Amino acid sequence: MKLSKILMFTGALLPLLLFVLPMWNITLRAPQYPEPIGMDIWINKIADHNPNDIKNINLMNHYVGMKDIPTEIPEFKIFPGVVISVVVLGLIIAFIGKRKLYLAWFAIMVILGSIGMYDFYQWEYDYGHDLKETAAIKFTDKDGQPIAYQPPLIGSKMILNFNATSLPMSGAYALFTGMLLSLLAFYHARREEMET
Amino acid sequence: MKSRIINTTSLLVGMALLILAACTPGGNKNSGAISGDLAQRSFVAPGEHDEFYGFISGGFNGQLSVIGLPSGRVFKNIPVFSVDAEKAYGFNEETKALLNTSFGFVPWGDSHHPDISQTNGKLDGRWVFINENNTPRIARIDLTTFETVEIIEIPNSAGNHSSSYVTDNTEYVVAGTRFAVPVPQRDMSINDYKGNFKGAMSFLKVDQESGEMNIEFQILMPGFDYDKAHPGRGKSHGWFFFTTYNTEEANSLMEVNASQNDKDFVAAINWKKAEEYLAQGNFTTMATNYAHNLYDEKTQTATTTWEKEVKILDPAKCPGLVYFMPMPKSPHGCDVDPTGEYIVGSGKLSANVTVHSFDKMIKAIEEEKFDGDAYGIPILNFEDVLAGVVVQPGLGPLHTEFDNKGNAYTTFFISSEVVKWKLGTWEVIDRKPTYYSVGHLMIPGGNSQEPFGKYLVAMNKITKDRYLPTGPEVTQSAQLYDISGEKMELLLDFPTLGEPHYAAGIPADLIKPNSKKIYSLEENEHPFVTKSEKDAKVVRDGNTVHVYMTMIRSHFAPDNIEGIKEGDKVYFHVTNLEQDYDVPHGISIIGANTSELLIMPGQTETFTWTPKGVGVWPFYCTDFCSALHQEMQGYVRVSDRNSDIELSWSLDGE
Repeated sequence: MKLSKILMFTGALLPLLLFVLPMWNITLRAPQYPEPIGMDIWINKIADHNPNDIKNINLMNHYVGMKDIPTEIPEFKIFPGVVISVVVLGLIIAFIGKRKLYLAWFAIMVILGSIGMYDFYQWEYDYGHDLKETAAIKFTDKDGQPIAYQPPLIGSKMILNFNATSLPMSGAYALFTGMLLSLLAFYHARREEMET
Repeated sequence: MKSRIINTTSLLVGMALLILAACTPGGNKNSGAISGDLAQRSFVAPGEHDEFYGFISGGFNGQLSVIGLPSGRVFKNIPVFSVDAEKAYGFNEETKALLNTSFGFVPWGDSHHPDISQTNGKLDGRWVFINENNTPRIARIDLTTFETVEIIEIPNSAGNHSSSYVTDNTEYVVAGTRFAVPVPQRDMSINDYKGNFKGAMSFLKVDQESGEMNIEFQILMPGFDYDKAHPGRGKSHGWFFFTTYNTEEANSLMEVNASQNDKDFVAAINWKKAEEYLAQGNFTTMATNYAHNLYDEKTQTATTTWEKEVKILDPAKCPGLVYFMPMPKSPHGCDVDPTGEYIVGSGKLSANVTVHSFDKMIKAIEEEKFDGDAYGIPILNFEDVLAGVVVQPGLGPLHTEFDNKGNAYTTFFISSEVVKWKLGTWEVIDRKPTYYSVGHLMIPGGNSQEPFGKYLVAMNKITKDRYLPTGPEVTQSAQLYDISGEKMELLLDFPTLGEPHYAAGIPADLIKPNSKKIYSLEENEHPFVTKSEKDAKVVRDGNTVHVYMTMIRSHFAPDNIEGIKEGDKVYFHVTNLEQDYDVPHGISIIGANTSELLIMPGQTETFTWTPKGVGVWPFYCTDFCSALHQEMQGYVRVSDRNSDIELSWSLDGE
């Protein structure tokens, strides 16, 4: 089998790892939490990084009126289907072996990934801004506006006494690698065509 | 107070003062010797951890405190034999049973000799055992929770002092008796003591999985006072050694009448032989009654089992079970070196430290070279078992511990010093003063085959002017020495709680990783647990009311209760729903005739309240738990006995 085809097959299969690996992580650090608390975001759930972390995050956040971290959202139902679909599509494309289709799959992945990131941002925005009226503690910024507790999309940010860090985890890296392999497949296929 | 030991030796102190006055030129204050470099060696920087845990008995406070070494900082005072209002120990419904005895609920104890469990003669950090002297008991403390989980009463014993030492593999925890008594107890003339009173040596078998103890057998010894003890180790594993005094069998003015014999004994007990006799059925079963109190971590509740009999071995009828080795002058400490060869006896009234040899003892037994017997127990010849004598190392030798380089360290109460000497050559290597009148000493692992010869802690009986004064009662004083070099170096003075009667030390790494952070709420099987706020409720059963309450940052559920009536007995069963490290909550209510509860995450505890009058009575969280701790409060409405107010409860109107 041609190298490009092998690359595309492998690339198409890698997103399957999202079913066994977490995608994203948000970690909160503060002096009185020598062991940071964090949540791992999977395609179908948000889970404790260490036992009881989500319970403890919710407990802290309730003082400023934040909602609990959701256990059920539509995305948890949609994402697994989307992942299966792109894997199947990628395998079909690899089977067909058309160079341009490799690029098309990569493009689809970029678009879907962007939508996913946008959705994630939306949730973070809502999570950080939609505060209960009855919150016990209400902080405002210099201009008198209520403080938002939105974690960063990627990277680190101070939120009151917490340093919040948001970074991709192994599942996301598997996904990126799969996308990269499809791109590699595209370039290899071109070289293979030129050689023949 | 400290006066017990002081009383028994007051004559000696007087003598010592004369001698000190004669021998010591000028003052003996030694604080000038602490250089900056020495201070660094006991300094543990902020946020750093100590290298060793120390478990120091609290004597008359009945507890066991946990300290760090080399800093000497106190971390926790584990309640063991005395009630502790701070932790509701002995006050809440869950722990009351731990203090049950055949004499009823005993709220106080005199805790003495902690000893850490061992495997193959090495510290393993599973449990620490400690004895209670006054109402004879042995406790087991779990070193994952640092809580007392078992207390077993010792029948036929009185003055449970030669206790609670463990064998090489924690097969047994051993408890001797300091005071001989009639066994079984009966009404008889005290003057008939001689020949009639007995000393029961108890061997408590330890279940290696659960740690649960049971009294496997007792050996009924002659009516001497059995003062201190230590297990054989390594080659002498299978033997246990006890010092005795009052072999005179006096029963009055003991300070004179029990000090007449030139030599008393070290009793050598072959417990493997005892097991053989037991297996052969060569024992009698004595009816008795004693409390066996066990705390179940699942139900978070202690229960008492009343044990009704004990197996008794009579040494006169069990040849080879016990031998007596003469030891000069009312020996106190009975310490066995890490190799198991040397048995060090410290004759309190002797100027020498006498050491016996295990090998020589075995040889003498095999050759049957006996010098008569005492109540059927063969007495070996002093010269046949003698390994050596440390000649005139100090005055009033009490206890000896060992390092890992073949050295022994003995405390001298009267001359107030620690003396380092060499095993085998018996030469004195170094001596350092203590402030003042040292009793016990401790080297981490110094009571095992593998001592960690870095630090030595001296626990002093007299404090006087060492710290800022606090009226007539001053703190207790301990001193830390660096013993890693040829000469000992005083690093640190630090105060301790109660009156330490011994300590046990262990490298922190053997315990720290196992220390629990929270109790799992999921695994909580307390009969009155409330696992979520929606399950919170109040249930009436006649004049008894059970409140199933939860606590979490920063509220109780329910926090409004109505329908309680005057004369009701209200049980507050309170569950801490937290699952985060170091987030305990507390609770109490106005007029409660019991202590607060201090409840760890995932734990359920219960207190009772009998309202004395109608009204609306607040309760609140007693542990500053969170930013809104002050808001963590609630009300109970108490109505007239004949009121028709229905029982109701709510949180935020729901």
